[in-house]
Amino acid sequence: MKRLIALFVLIAFPLRAEVDITPVTSSSGLEAWLVEERSIPFISLELIFAGGATIEPDDQAGAVSLMTSLLSEGAGEMDAQAFAARTEELAARLRFDSGRDTVSVSARFLTEDAEAVIDHLRLALTEPRLDADAIERVRGQMLAKLRRDALDPNTLASRAFARAAFDGHPYARETDGTLETVAALDRAALVSAHQGAIARDRVFIGAAGDIDAETLGPLLDRLFEGIPETGAPLPDPVSFQASPGLEVIPFDGPQSVVALGHAGIARDDPEFLAAFVVNEVFGGGRFGTRLMRSLREERGLTYGVGAFLSSGLLGHSYQGRVSTDNANVEFVMELLREEWARMAREGISEDERARIVTYLTGAYPLRFDGNSSIASIMASMQYQGFDMDYVNRRNDMVRSLSLDELNAVAARLYDPEALFFVVVGQPAGLN
Amino acid sequence: MFARQIALAALLPLGLFQPVQAEPVTHHVLENGLEVVVIEDRRAPVVVNMVWYRVGAADEPPGQSGIAHFLEHLMFKGTDTLGPGEFSAVVEANGGRDNAFTSWDYTGYFQRVAADRLELMVEMEADRMVNLSFTEAEWLPERDVILEERGQVLESRVGAQFNEAMLATLYKAHPYGTPIIGWRHEMEGLTGAMAMDFHAAHYGPNNAIAVIAGDVDTDAALALARAHYGAIPPNPAVATVPRPTEPPHLAARRLSFEDARVGTPYVSRIYLAPPRRAGDQAEAAALQMLAALLGGSATTSVLERRLNFDEGIALSAWAGYNGLARDHATFSLGMAPVEGVSLAEGEAALDRVVAEFLRDGVDLEQFERVRRQLRASEIYALDDMQARARQYGVALSIGLTIDDVRGWIDALEAVTPEDVIAAGQMLLDTRASVTGFLTRPEPEASTEFSQ
Repeated sequence: MKRLIALFVLIAFPLRAEVDITPVTSSSGLEAWLVEERSIPFISLELIFAGGATIEPDDQAGAVSLMTSLLSEGAGEMDAQAFAARTEELAARLRFDSGRDTVSVSARFLTEDAEAVIDHLRLALTEPRLDADAIERVRGQMLAKLRRDALDPNTLASRAFARAAFDGHPYARETDGTLETVAALDRAALVSAHQGAIARDRVFIGAAGDIDAETLGPLLDRLFEGIPETGAPLPDPVSFQASPGLEVIPFDGPQSVVALGHAGIARDDPEFLAAFVVNEVFGGGRFGTRLMRSLREERGLTYGVGAFLSSGLLGHSYQGRVSTDNANVEFVMELLREEWARMAREGISEDERARIVTYLTGAYPLRFDGNSSIASIMASMQYQGFDMDYVNRRNDMVRSLSLDELNAVAARLYDPEALFFVVVGQPAGLN
Repeated sequence: MFARQIALAALLPLGLFQPVQAEPVTHHVLENGLEVVVIEDRRAPVVVNMVWYRVGAADEPPGQSGIAHFLEHLMFKGTDTLGPGEFSAVVEANGGRDNAFTSWDYTGYFQRVAADRLELMVEMEADRMVNLSFTEAEWLPERDVILEERGQVLESRVGAQFNEAMLATLYKAHPYGTPIIGWRHEMEGLTGAMAMDFHAAHYGPNNAIAVIAGDVDTDAALALARAHYGAIPPNPAVATVPRPTEPPHLAARRLSFEDARVGTPYVSRIYLAPPRRAGDQAEAAALQMLAALLGGSATTSVLERRLNFDEGIALSAWAGYNGLARDHATFSLGMAPVEGVSLAEGEAALDRVVAEFLRDGVDLEQFERVRRQLRASEIYALDDMQARARQYGVALSIGLTIDDVRGWIDALEAVTPEDVIAAGQMLLDTRASVTGFLTRPEPEASTEFSQ
């Protein structure tokens, strides 16, 4: 769920006009967005490969995740130790991440070592060794994480929600697989995950820092030498399908975690931005939202409560999260329903609209405060399907949303009768 | 460290990575005692405004554990001229974000806003430095909030509970053994009046550091600080609270923490260690390098390489040094064994590998790689303005100076392999340490008998 929130934040804060984006097309046809910033001698590069865990078969759940972890565990002639030592020699920072919808690579390296780092990274992407001992070592770590997750109330709540919301679709599965599927993964499954996930036809590239377009293009061609043109096909989209109701998962602890929600809104829906703005008033991750005021400020029922649009490549939902004492769960659920109903009925006020617009448009430039964040936003923007023109118009679009438009989308989005709840804990009065 | 909001609870680890010397960082002291640090970074039209108070959970009156953190929450509940929640509302209305955090040695408040809103932020921080005001309608539900916070971030996380127990066992007298958020039974008795007393006793320009970082001219930032903070008289009540001190540690301590929610059992050891000291960081630097060599990489560090890669008995292994504390630093070691290896065996392996490292000496290639990363980290650190502002804030709060911050990379680079081995000898003496097993309960023996 953390990943979904991150994705959503990136949707929320595209570029302001003052950030000077250069579109780059390499000789071999790779496209990238670059923001040049020459004052510090290093470069940040971000690659997002669409697909992620959704491309793996049910009985190989976890394959993309395990494969991604193994990218830094040996490549070419280098075993895991040698690969890591070389990364350290180059003083580069490489991160390989996988999630439900994407595999991503973040690289940060000194200008003077750019070519050597690109060669090093290419080896990881094109010739990962997937050595037997590395597979077993990382598999062991992954199984340990799955055992921890099985005892974490937040993870349990999110998983139960996803299972009910997207039953039968890859979105219902655990991104990291299960104890059974991960234990059963063989090298062939990992090779297939690698071939399916890392391909040119699904990559989005962002770069920022001490480099110009003329230098970046050839560097990207060099990086992608040997990366196949096409990867595995993506599954079909899925619609939200959890029925209204409640699922209680008994769990020992002082508090319960509550996950709730219903269908959301697709990110290419013309009303997505309006829905985003409305949610910022209602449950965006800050103080002063309706949910924080009602549950935390006024009643001291929780340390944190929020709601978010989870709009992925293949499906969407609108969800809330809160933790509270077991004794309070019933009351908290009642308050959440009431807030949901009020939103559906009344929407937001003109005052709330004016304040959120000031906040959102003012917060906009604060996102672009470093090469690493800029590179990541550049890649993410393309992955989300935004064009550069949208980037320049975004604040104006937020400003021009009328109260009627916002409240029309509120009436469409919020449906208290449709709410599906998962409670993980020992909630008083609920079974 | 407990933050007012969850998203910021995981703050950047401090320690190894520090800024370079050529940066435009300046330090000033106003007549009322307030220290001001200005860090110019003109790349984006953004500023971070921070105020750090040199008071934290280790300065709480007996029986009031958690009051420093409770006060941090209540600092958002109004002043003589601002209503409850208005501080954050104003920040938000200006497109900014704000938050705060409490540690044992300091309490910090910050906002991140567009550069042209800086003055308003400085003005509001100056206001709540002296004019804090709230009623029972605010503090009573906020006490429930901090209890919920304890429930969520501590009591619902078995690793955090284990760590709380480890520190409570490590320290025999010093308040670093008391959790920052407080013990639940004492938190339940905290009041708004106690928080106001704590504010009156410790908050004031003569116990604070203002850090302004970002797209601002140094002189302009100083003028703002003078105009708003400069008008506040020093607080005569401010005095360094004498803290209980540690007696000699004559016996190693051990604990076993059992909980059904433990997913991955592990063994952890925490040693008392010397902290970074003003003008004298050599010993701390050697410990930092020791931690980097033993546990700084998930692949090539000594503990991972031996226990995970060579012997295959650990899922992971780690070492860490946190030298940023006023009184005592800690050095920690630990490992999570693979299934089939007991925690006792894991602990023995940990001790064996450390002893071998100290006997055989530093791998010079690894040492050179760590040093090379150190130099690169100076460059990467320039990309994160907020982290730089924090480094100065933490350092000055615990009694270090600007020169200590600037000299930290030099101190690390001056460490020799011999210094590392010498510093590591402390790991062989476990008297000033606690070793803990975090484990699942054994399956209960059956009490049913078949006839």
